[in-house]
Amino acid sequence: MTTTTGAAAGLARGVLAGDVLAIARMISRVERRGLDAADDMAELYRAGGRARVIGVTGPAGAGKSTLVAALGGEFRRRGRTLGIVAVDPTSPYSGGSVLGDRIRMQSLWDDPEVFIRSMATRGALGGITRATADAVAVLDAAGKDVVLVETVGVGQDEVEIAQAAHSVVVVSAPGLGDDVQALKAGLLETADVHVVNKADREGADRTVAELRAMLGMSAGDGWRAPVLPTCAESGQGVDELAAALDRHHDWLLSSGEIDERLRLIARHRLKTLLTAFVHERVDRPMPGSAFETAVEALCRRTTDPWTAAHALLEEELSGRSKGRP
Amino acid sequence: MIEKDPDAPLVDETLGTRAEADLARWEAEELAGFLRRQPEEKEAYLTKARRPVRRVYTPADLAGTDWDDIGLPGRYPFTRGPYPTMYRGRTWTMRQIAGFGQPSETNQRFRYLIDQGQTGLSVDFDMPTLMGFDSDDPRSLGEVGREGVAIDVLDDMRELFKGIDLEAISVSMTINPTAWILMAMYIAVAEERGYDLNRLSGTIQNDILKEYIAQKEWIYPIRPSLRIVRDTIVYAARNMARYNPINISGYHISEAGGSAIHEAAFTMANTITYVEEVVKAGLDVDDFASRLSFFFVSQTDFFEEIAKFRAVRRTYARIMKERFGAKRPESMRLRFHAQTAAATLTRPQPMNNIVRTAFQALAAVLGGAQSLHTNGLDEAYSIPTEFAMKVALRTQQIIANETNVTNVVDPLGGSWYVESLTNEIEAEITRILAHVDSLGGTVRAIEQGYFQLEEADFAYGVAQRKASGEDVVVGVNKHVEPEDDQPVETHRIDPESERRQIERLGRVKAERDQQRVARTLKELEEVARDPDENLMPATITAVKASASMGEIVNALRDVFGTYVERPVF
Amino acid sequence: MSPVEAGQDPIRVLVAKVGLDGHDRGVKVVARALRDAGMEVIYTGLHRTPEQVIGSAVQEDVDAIGVSLLSGAHMTLLPRLLELMREQGIGDKLLIAGGVMPDEDVVELKAMGVAEILGQDTPPATIVATVERLVRDRQALRAG
Repeated sequence: MTTTTGAAAGLARGVLAGDVLAIARMISRVERRGLDAADDMAELYRAGGRARVIGVTGPAGAGKSTLVAALGGEFRRRGRTLGIVAVDPTSPYSGGSVLGDRIRMQSLWDDPEVFIRSMATRGALGGITRATADAVAVLDAAGKDVVLVETVGVGQDEVEIAQAAHSVVVVSAPGLGDDVQALKAGLLETADVHVVNKADREGADRTVAELRAMLGMSAGDGWRAPVLPTCAESGQGVDELAAALDRHHDWLLSSGEIDERLRLIARHRLKTLLTAFVHERVDRPMPGSAFETAVEALCRRTTDPWTAAHALLEEELSGRSKGRP
Repeated sequence: MIEKDPDAPLVDETLGTRAEADLARWEAEELAGFLRRQPEEKEAYLTKARRPVRRVYTPADLAGTDWDDIGLPGRYPFTRGPYPTMYRGRTWTMRQIAGFGQPSETNQRFRYLIDQGQTGLSVDFDMPTLMGFDSDDPRSLGEVGREGVAIDVLDDMRELFKGIDLEAISVSMTINPTAWILMAMYIAVAEERGYDLNRLSGTIQNDILKEYIAQKEWIYPIRPSLRIVRDTIVYAARNMARYNPINISGYHISEAGGSAIHEAAFTMANTITYVEEVVKAGLDVDDFASRLSFFFVSQTDFFEEIAKFRAVRRTYARIMKERFGAKRPESMRLRFHAQTAAATLTRPQPMNNIVRTAFQALAAVLGGAQSLHTNGLDEAYSIPTEFAMKVALRTQQIIANETNVTNVVDPLGGSWYVESLTNEIEAEITRILAHVDSLGGTVRAIEQGYFQLEEADFAYGVAQRKASGEDVVVGVNKHVEPEDDQPVETHRIDPESERRQIERLGRVKAERDQQRVARTLKELEEVARDPDENLMPATITAVKASASMGEIVNALRDVFGTYVERPVF
Repeated sequence: MSPVEAGQDPIRVLVAKVGLDGHDRGVKVVARALRDAGMEVIYTGLHRTPEQVIGSAVQEDVDAIGVSLLSGAHMTLLPRLLELMREQGIGDKLLIAGGVMPDEDVVELKAMGVAEILGQDTPPATIVATVERLVRDRQALRAG
């Protein structure tokens, strides 16, 4: 295992060599404010594109973490190397977070081919944050065959995950409120595979049946999302899940749908990164920056907000170097 | 058998109304005047469980209580005690725990104590034994024989009780996930020596449910572990008439952060589940309930603790009668061991701990405990010294012999405050049990983290109040003396002792009949796969073949799986 | 103002229980206090081996590892943790221990490289402040 220096250039090289320390530090870099990882990320993005990205989402209490661990174990048994990114919400009050997914994945801790990273949303809106997508890219570049992303599962984040993953698994469980009705609008159609976890519980059969009925109604052609019962704790149904995901991946390739999916992912990446850059400049503007100057001008009423905003955007997009305002 | 007498309200209407009116006038007159000159020190007065208490209690507070709710000791609902004479007939058992090192060392200590007149032994085990690891397991490194005795194979158990008459001496083993194996070894030794199993008296703690929510010693997932406990209770009910196969515990729930109400309620929730399991196995509740025993803390809020003990006795009696249809009084009568609260002991000014322990012990006595362990003054930071243990014992002896509190049974019965508090705590226990039922029962509630979250929340509040000084701890956040620090002394691992134990184990493993061991383990696995079969006979066979505790545990891991915790914050 | 608002990246802490000791009341109080102070807390759960703890610390690239030890096995476990940290290239990270330990052990452990040892009665606010101070000092040292 190569040791790693703190120097930026060395970090990307370390990631490409699969060095665990380098991977960990690179993910930290993309998480940090300041957004100064462009050099490394350019190198890593060019080297990536091989990993299958599978998003796992669903309401709290469905057993996502346990399922991700079980699914990860199944992929390992099939000889794939694995990256897992587990996202938990940051408290809007304290800014802190207890990241409680890793603890559910102990079965994978001792496996050197598995890299698990816990991330907090850090106030970003959307379950697949810019940082999460970057972390996935790092694991991709590190050579992982499969990257599982487990998201928070509240708000519209669940739908967003479709824009960052090749395959999306939506996990529900019997007894979580109104079961199928609890799946938010858009989530039903988002799933490439539906899982009803805790299938040994009462009402599981009913949930599976309801889902199948609802999906049958919105039938299109192309991929038909299967509804699979699983019991993540015992491992039941997990090999069928892995098989279904393999089938989905094959279908993406054979049908050509993969292009559309990749386009969606690229669009989302660019959008989130652009938004992040703008936020960064706007949230922490440097004194003397164009932003600050515009604020002063507004106060003196020598300009108006619309004109000022247009002008700032022009400046940003008109080929200025990647330096700060 | 228990006939319903006509209602006998404790407080007749006239008295109740009059007391209320008096109170109102007193509040307007004497109290108001006094408060103007000298306001009260606190905004609110709360018990340690954060329940508000009144300034003063009157008969009006017992307006809804019936005499039958209180009644007499040794009679349903046993609010006032399990026996009619209590300490007038027999003082509580003064049972102080001890245990360390190798079986032979502990055996020596035991024989010394017996010579000194002790009639009951209490065994503490090392962490590997508690958790199911043999002494030669890599995870046992640094832990073998350090905090208790190491037991790997039947030979160790033979050594532990060498020269001790198990029919005359009662043995208590503080052990949980591996309790059934230790019990099997104990039975095997007894059988070897020709003892009548029905004459053996003693107990194993064996309360696995509280592990998941409090003490956190576990191996297998909840349901198979529950099955194991069921098997021990069934086996004991059929073969060991004087044995208490379980000590359902609230102590650890309290130490893990729960309030007095959490402790009482969660213990009852666990009890309900155990009784349900054994009844499902085909036993009549009256066949085994009299052998269920309990273990509670005696904490620091004096009256709340006394009320807690009385409330839990009454609740238990009602549960056994109404929910489970018990007919014999022995099945409804809760007996408990109490231990003073280790969590209240402080490192600064350790002499203060003697006083704390004394008050907590007194509360346990006034609450009707059947046996009591008082903590040593230095237990918060040290291996208890002999001096500390002696003072702890003397504390009990002074209460028993000098204070005269034992002259009268349930002396606080009838106190408007204590009876109100008892009623309140019972109501809270009942409310919590209904909630647990709504969650689908104890096991489902554990899976959903209900108990754990309640404890964690309460513990957080306690930590905050201690830090802010709102909860006073004398010597720690009030009346602090600078530069008063007691030297910490912890159990050192004796590498020699560890090595010797590992060597012993190696010898036994080399000299035994390997094929026989393999056979017994295979048989055990098969029995385990059928949830209706009782594990005890096959376990006894396996330990007799010198299968080690770790081998037995591992063999069943394949059948039962391993528990994965979901911590809640 | 939370660290995120203040423009600082949140501190990441691995809160660990090593060995067979099952006391987690204190460790849960600490985890909550750290979270309420704006930190990201990864809890290892109970009964972890030193290898599992350090392996997690490496992947999560935490700023500090907090270990709670109430069993008395600290003179075996803490040196082992330090050794693994060095072996796996994170010897520069902070290892903070909490629990009940004799003074001479505290001295020895600090000499070995444990950054700080916090006694059992340490108020949560003090633990938070200590972690913050140690982490920010270490970060400043690296930046400078």
